[in-house]
Amino acid sequence: MSACVDTEALSGGFDTPPVAAAHAFRAAMSALARPGRIETISGGRAPAPVSVAAATLLLTLCDAETPLHLAGAHDNRAMRDWVAFHLGAPLVAPGDAMFALGTWEALGGLDRYAQGTPDYPDRSATLIVELSDLVASGSRLRGPGIRDAAALNLPDPVALQRNAAQFPLGLDFYFTCDSRIAALPRSTRIG
Amino acid sequence: MSEYNFAYLDEQTKRMIRRAILKGLAIPGYQVPFASREMPMPYGWGTGGVQVSAATLTPDDTFKVIDQGADDTTNAVSIRKFFEKTAGVATTERTAEATVIQTRHRIPEQELTEDQILVYQVPIPEPLRFLEPSEVETRKMHALEEYGLMHVKLYEDIARHGEIATAYAYPVKVEGRYVMDPSPIPKFDNPKLEMAAIQLFGAGREQRIYALPPYTKVVSLDFEDYPFERTRAPQDCGLCGANDSYLDEVIMDDAGRRMFVCSDTDFCRARREDGHQGAMAAAAEALT
Repeated sequence: MSACVDTEALSGGFDTPPVAAAHAFRAAMSALARPGRIETISGGRAPAPVSVAAATLLLTLCDAETPLHLAGAHDNRAMRDWVAFHLGAPLVAPGDAMFALGTWEALGGLDRYAQGTPDYPDRSATLIVELSDLVASGSRLRGPGIRDAAALNLPDPVALQRNAAQFPLGLDFYFTCDSRIAALPRSTRIG
Repeated sequence: MSEYNFAYLDEQTKRMIRRAILKGLAIPGYQVPFASREMPMPYGWGTGGVQVSAATLTPDDTFKVIDQGADDTTNAVSIRKFFEKTAGVATTERTAEATVIQTRHRIPEQELTEDQILVYQVPIPEPLRFLEPSEVETRKMHALEEYGLMHVKLYEDIARHGEIATAYAYPVKVEGRYVMDPSPIPKFDNPKLEMAAIQLFGAGREQRIYALPPYTKVVSLDFEDYPFERTRAPQDCGLCGANDSYLDEVIMDDAGRRMFVCSDTDFCRARREDGHQGAMAAAAEALT
């Protein structure tokens, strides 16, 4: 076992953490409070294939208190080192994760993640889904945060509809692509 | 500035609060537990709102604080100064210029926009608390959507007073699911809870955060034959003459003279600057 950590793991953090995290959180909050709206978020970098938006979101929300699941190609040696150095988040299986990161295919079935309980619906996972494209067209979204209707290219509208049908239980999603981010909370009605 | 981390709280605490805010926005009206910190002010002075504001502010923000609508009361002044010192943010008393507004028990008269965030200080976040003291029970009641008790309370109001006498902290139902305490705002403000701005609620002592995303459906509880009624003192503001704002009653002297003035000081000032004059404007001028 090598004692030496790849130096790539040591870079990519925020330059000025309090200010960068504050700006990133506001973008993330704005995205979640207005489902479908695409915001720009940057300041963090993580090893490939993690996008700038996903890296920034992890630096903003995750730490030693948030078990994290890395799925598929996002679960690589360099990324594990990066998580250990910057976040200190325990890497866990889907069922134990508060946050999960990967492509839609790699993240797998949504029922593998914590859905919250009737007493504590907040104890559910947030999935960060890396998309190759993020555009404000496709599935029609309605619900809290949306005045009339919004639109977003959702990876699997049927599965996400099932998730929304569980409200107030269910998962919340961030979709990331380069430095762009959009969100889909469980409260959003699809179609 | 160098003495404090930006916005006072440490980064790990802010992350914890930010995660709670996001879950709150994802489940509108549900009270998310959070590990509320000791703040350099007593409980009851807005520690919940202050923590939510600290986690929300960026250096680019312009911050406004109101206490019962007023920018110039002790609570509002000290919280504004707190963030001037620890976050170095610009502050204002003008509603339109603010990007983040922390409020104790009022919603500003001026309609808020998509670019603004309203942070409420909440004393008792649980709307069922005075009906059911057990947290275990109220949590179950929310889980089962068992809100009959709240309607019994409103019914008893009618039986006793002939109308729903609840005048502030008037319970609402959010998106047809959670019954929520809008904090002790007058029920005059309830219709404004459906707005373009993000609304965040922080209860420091009770360790709860909840939220309303923009345009969330918020319905004040009522009965078909006793519909929700918005009430205000049937007067015009003595200073600016407004007949559509929420009014405070001010006792003028030992002889019991009184006047009604806008509780929203910025709204009242702006109207007076525009040339509006109330019936007692001259008399009030003479007093000062």
